[in-house]
Amino acid sequence: MVLVYAESPKGQFKKAAFEAVTYGKKIGDAMGKPCVALVIGNAENAGQLGVYGASQVVQANGAFENFDSQIFSEVIASVAKQMGAEVVVVNHSSSGKSLLGRIAVKLEAGSVSGVNTMPTLDGGFKVKKNVFSGKAIAQYEIKTPVKVLSLMGNSFPPVASGADVAVQALDITAPAARITVKAVETVDGTVPLPEAELVVSAGRGMKGPENWGIIEDLANVVGATTACSRPVADTGWRPHHEHVGQTGVAIRPNLYFAIGISGAIQHLAGVNSSKVIVVINKDPEAPFFKAADYGVCADLFDVVPRLTEAFKKFKAEN
Amino acid sequence: MKLLVCVTQTPETTTTPSFSADNTEFNTAGVNYIMNPYDEWYALVRALELKEAAGGSVSIVNVGPGTNDTVIRKGLAIGADDATRINAEPKSAMYVAKQIAEFAKAGGYDVIFLGKESIDYNGAEVGSMLAEYLDMPFVSFGTKLEMNGNTATINRDIEGGEEVVEVATPFVISAAKGLAEQRIPNMRGIMMAKRKPLNVVEPVAFDDPAVVVSYDLPNAKSAVKMVDPENMDELVRLLHEEAKII
Repeated sequence: MVLVYAESPKGQFKKAAFEAVTYGKKIGDAMGKPCVALVIGNAENAGQLGVYGASQVVQANGAFENFDSQIFSEVIASVAKQMGAEVVVVNHSSSGKSLLGRIAVKLEAGSVSGVNTMPTLDGGFKVKKNVFSGKAIAQYEIKTPVKVLSLMGNSFPPVASGADVAVQALDITAPAARITVKAVETVDGTVPLPEAELVVSAGRGMKGPENWGIIEDLANVVGATTACSRPVADTGWRPHHEHVGQTGVAIRPNLYFAIGISGAIQHLAGVNSSKVIVVINKDPEAPFFKAADYGVCADLFDVVPRLTEAFKKFKAEN
Repeated sequence: MKLLVCVTQTPETTTTPSFSADNTEFNTAGVNYIMNPYDEWYALVRALELKEAAGGSVSIVNVGPGTNDTVIRKGLAIGADDATRINAEPKSAMYVAKQIAEFAKAGGYDVIFLGKESIDYNGAEVGSMLAEYLDMPFVSFGTKLEMNGNTATINRDIEGGEEVVEVATPFVISAAKGLAEQRIPNMRGIMMAKRKPLNVVEPVAFDDPAVVVSYDLPNAKSAVKMVDPENMDELVRLLHEEAKII
């Protein structure tokens, strides 16, 4: 069977958990095996994972307050062993990335991180991921009986295919953590960049941090998360967690606005998996236009407020 | 403190990847190699700063063939005391983690550093595998690290924010941007690096559990459609009706 670890940060499932279950269900269907979802600690209505294809939900009850890769990977690997999992799926998130390797070692299983396609099962278990920060695609073959995968966000939209299922409780005493969490600060109200479907990103063409109001206005109207290029983060105009590119966050939103960003190869590497790219730049020679679906060649300080107004009008009419 | 920094060699960031005719091998011809930026700029430099503040040693370990020695020597020129190359072609994350774990298990290292991911295969797997083999805590995506005796306070990136954690040595940390500032080796460092030990050890036997069998390039984008800057309603219409994205 296919075992999916469904993340529930602060007791809530996010889209990532539904994506992982949807993906696990598809793999299970291809193998003719059921998909079981595993929840660790609190989660509001764990049974809803059935809607996305889990035929069974197991929930480890215990004092699992903070995420800890050592403890969580132990739970996931022991459930995988008990239930005879052939494939284990986690998200390619900050938690999932620190789980994947531990689970693989514990299960003596081959692993591929950041997969974004369905595996093929004929002639070996093969699955693809982006490499070179999106400049190429590699197909991996996993040769071990058990396979461990982390799923790239925004690769498989959640598909509702079933109904709520019963939740089976597992009584597990959480061992003492060796890492103590002292503080957590997250920006509430905005979708984190790796999960964002709509992103408005700006670069040096903005001339200074005081001009970012027009970017935030556009992002607010569109419902997008803001991002920036490396020079902008390096000079401190914007926080580092907004930096997208080869040495920043790699993202694959549905829509990426690149405003006043020339499009260096290192920047393109982090964003070229975006489904649609809109480039606004006054330099007709900006390399980003070659990677764009739609381009506007004009002064961003004229165009961006006009675009914001056009979106407002569209939102009011639709 | 005894510090170990795991480094890997990657094609430089401007590389446009290409592959052999049957798409099974990465074309190395004409490719310039560098030390993985996350390993060099953040992991190695923070380890050196800790040594400068509190004494101890900084060792480098790499899994790779003899052609990696140039990149390893650069790490010595930046300031590491000694280096070990495990003489093998790295084909999977678990193979690399296993080799480093075998090397490090008797070394008594207080902190083991590595970059958050390599910029070629972007796996971010070796750190957690290494921590698992060594039964150590693993703090990923560290952006700040302060040591107080044998306790570390670490800021780490999480989705849409950051977390502050405390952990006692020994532990493994993966370095993200912010952990340190890039250092350029000076002439004295480059000269000294030539006399520092670069030991070569043979790998332990271990089968790769997952390997790349073929490569592909992403589909080429169709030509950009330019939109009149005076008519942003048209851009919104295209995104709605043609791209169907909003």
